[in-house]
Amino acid sequence: MILSQQLILGVMIGGLYGLAAVGLSVIFGVLKVLNVAHGELIMLGGYGAYWLFALLGLDPFASLLLTLPLSLLMGLGLYCVLFGFVVRADEETRVKNSLLIGFGLALTLHALAVRLWTADERSIDLSYGGTVIGVGPLAIPVVRLASLALAFALIGALHLLLTHWRWGKAIRATAEDWQAALLTGIDVRRAYLLAFAIGTGLAGAAGTLVSIGYSINPSIGLEWTLKALIVVVLAGLGSMFGTFVGGLFLGVAEAVSAAAFGGPYREVVGLVIFVGVLLIRPRGFFGQ
Amino acid sequence: MRTLAGRLGIGRAAAILLAVAALALLPLLVGRDDVLNFVFLVLLSITLAESWNIVAGYAGQVNLGHAAFFGLGALVARTLWIKGTPILLAMGAGAAVATAFALTIGAAAFRLRGAYFAIGTLALGEILRTTVGNIFPEISTLPTASIVGYRLSHRYYLALVLAALSVSAVAALATSRIGLGMQAVREDEEAAAASGVSALWLKLMALALSTGLAGMAGGLFAYYHISYYPSHPFGPHWTFDALLMTFIGGVGTVRGPILGAILYVFLKEYLAVRWVDFHVLVFGGLFIVTVLLLPGGLVQAVERARRLFAPWGAAPRKTNPPAHAATFSKRYSE
Repeated sequence: MILSQQLILGVMIGGLYGLAAVGLSVIFGVLKVLNVAHGELIMLGGYGAYWLFALLGLDPFASLLLTLPLSLLMGLGLYCVLFGFVVRADEETRVKNSLLIGFGLALTLHALAVRLWTADERSIDLSYGGTVIGVGPLAIPVVRLASLALAFALIGALHLLLTHWRWGKAIRATAEDWQAALLTGIDVRRAYLLAFAIGTGLAGAAGTLVSIGYSINPSIGLEWTLKALIVVVLAGLGSMFGTFVGGLFLGVAEAVSAAAFGGPYREVVGLVIFVGVLLIRPRGFFGQ
Repeated sequence: MRTLAGRLGIGRAAAILLAVAALALLPLLVGRDDVLNFVFLVLLSITLAESWNIVAGYAGQVNLGHAAFFGLGALVARTLWIKGTPILLAMGAGAAVATAFALTIGAAAFRLRGAYFAIGTLALGEILRTTVGNIFPEISTLPTASIVGYRLSHRYYLALVLAALSVSAVAALATSRIGLGMQAVREDEEAAAASGVSALWLKLMALALSTGLAGMAGGLFAYYHISYYPSHPFGPHWTFDALLMTFIGGVGTVRGPILGAILYVFLKEYLAVRWVDFHVLVFGGLFIVTVLLLPGGLVQAVERARRLFAPWGAAPRKTNPPAHAATFSKRYSE
């Protein structure tokens, strides 16, 4: 019984892992750039929702309408200032340099967040936050269920965007083969810019959802970057729903290992899976 | 000594000797613990940065799990030392365990290339940190007898020897056959392998040397710190510190990590007085600028300044090109 309760919670956090990973996956798949500051962007999204709630009393689910576009804008800015320079290099150098720059960005954003908002743990206390749906003996927190549904909806929206929107198709073509895309007249740089902004926007949305059912502090970045990386390595690139399922899988695997080996080891299982996959397929599933 | 003077030039050899002598006499001349602590931290950082520099700067592999080896060295040395083993022996054992662990995982880890090696080692470091934190949740404090007998100068001299050892090791490596092989691997692994260099063997050599020194540094940390959580030396910030110091100073050079370490500890200690963690902000920004604009770090900046301000007079002294610059800023022509 405790196990099935754990599994339900695992699925719910897994949806957020999936959402976090989809953002990273879009950026990596299209730009071939590994943004290790992804977790810090999630952290910023979380703080955005937190302050909108604390200062303006805005419901965090509603503030998604603000945090998502703001994160998109931040993505545009980051691309123009930093990552736009990285994509000029050849692919191997691109990954390496983006890793280093993302890393510097992660440190900077973390230090900035500590300066501005202190290292305190924060979470949003909603009036309906404690509501649960009882299914037999199991309790399903409404807020987390809503977050899971929203994560799924966002990924579905992204899927539609990439398959039906003109520029969505251009982004996919660029991911497939940027040289061929260039030859067919696609503005590859703009596809890069859009993909980076979308990925960052999704990070902001993920952060907003994290701040609702869970808690945030300036140091959650590394943890979330690793979660997203694990899911991306597990699920591979290309399929948004595949990544979402990968996130659910990680959530469940963590719940099972926490039940089997005790809570503190829940962080280890994902990393072990990650290292294992890398050892079997040294270029991860990114390599195709 | 003649070969040293011959290779470096009399002036530089004398300057180095003078600096080492001054550092050796410092505890006798300056009685202030804060000064000794500061220089101790610089020396520890130099060791850590130089050790990271061997794998990243010479063999070209960005190891983001460096803290694991620092932590292993600290864990083993601390445990043995508190049980009564002489500190030098304990530190040696710590280094041996760190190196043994590195060689165990090395062959598998080096199947990963470039960024995959980096994130793979990052995950490995985090696995070790979490596991150690779970197995040893209690804070480790020195027994009262050791605290009473605590002498900062002992730690200081050990740090000085270790820093000198690391710098000499990297300096010797830079021009040795093995070191040149490593640099060939860094520039183009396939080409190096095609010309008869065993890439895996050289990368393992670099990793063994690097982790051995990191393990020693960890042992020194365990000897220096009175009380800390056993998982603390496994924290990723040790890796990040080493990376920042090395890159900002100049990755793949002997002097770079020294410059980086001095600047880093200086900023850290002096900015921390007024703004906690502000140094990370400064260094994070500086690091991004370095990667984007000045891939050779401070060493390259100094070279450029020298060339700028000495347009006449003797021809500029020939120096190694900023070693990693080619690797980290290859551009394609569109």
